[in-house]
Amino acid sequence: MTPSITELKVDTDDVRVARLAAAAVGLSLMDAAIPMPLPGIKPGLANIVTLLVLARYGWRTAAWVSGLRVVASALLLGQFLAPGFFLSLAGALTSLAALGIARWLPPRWFGPISWSLIASFAHIAGQLLLARLWLIPHDSLFRLAPIFMLAALVFGVLNGLVACRLLREVLGEKPESRAG
Amino acid sequence: MFRDSPAHWLAFFRPGDWLVLLAALLWVGVSFPLLWQGGKGERAIIRQQGKVFMELALDKDRELRVPGPLGETQIVIANGQARVAADPGPRQYCVRQGWLSQAGEIAICAPNQVSLAIVGNQEAPYDSLNY
Repeated sequence: MTPSITELKVDTDDVRVARLAAAAVGLSLMDAAIPMPLPGIKPGLANIVTLLVLARYGWRTAAWVSGLRVVASALLLGQFLAPGFFLSLAGALTSLAALGIARWLPPRWFGPISWSLIASFAHIAGQLLLARLWLIPHDSLFRLAPIFMLAALVFGVLNGLVACRLLREVLGEKPESRAG
Repeated sequence: MFRDSPAHWLAFFRPGDWLVLLAALLWVGVSFPLLWQGGKGERAIIRQQGKVFMELALDKDRELRVPGPLGETQIVIANGQARVAADPGPRQYCVRQGWLSQAGEIAICAPNQVSLAIVGNQEAPYDSLNY
């Protein structure tokens, strides 16, 4: 076999990011398969992974996992560079930015549920903003905002709870012991 | 290893989480009336120099010309919407606002002293919105 000229050095961090991103992509595909009453409303299950990664490995890793997930799941769903991809990217970027601030909240008082809610609201805000600026440049778009925010509220809490449970039960963390 | 009692799930909430949840609930609760008020427009009120020039139902299509100091402002009502089709004003803000259909919307042609306001069944708590 011809030896490869370019050798990619893969360290343990890369492997971890890849594994977590793969899990997130899997959840993204599940997301796409779950029927929803309104287009644009999704449970956002992949964000559970983002929350776990944020709690365990920090914001940088969470950003990597989230970014890879957006690109890879768009490729798998045939959405890459389609409007849905940019909406998804806008949501991921705004929620990552919000998480970058939210993770500094005192862990004694604010846990993954707060993060999840903050991220889900930031997500919908980013998406609506991009949609308003680019796809539907009319303010009547914001009439949908209450419905989207209600969905963000419900799924934000649910995803946060699942993240809490996984952190405690699977990864063996007590609720209070998370390192900031 | 998994326990499913509601209390178990509630235990995941830290004190601040309740605060964030409460804030989110309030935000969503407020957003519904805030973004959905006004509703469908029923009538168009056309004012000329501050006085009501004509009040028209939106369900009847028609065109009219309103005289002002600069000339005639042309208003069109069609398909439950109304708009200023032409205006002699220099900046054309009211023309560029396009079709108005929601209660509370208003197009003001200030130079020609003509305004076109949409009202619904209920009186809106504001007289204009700007974004």
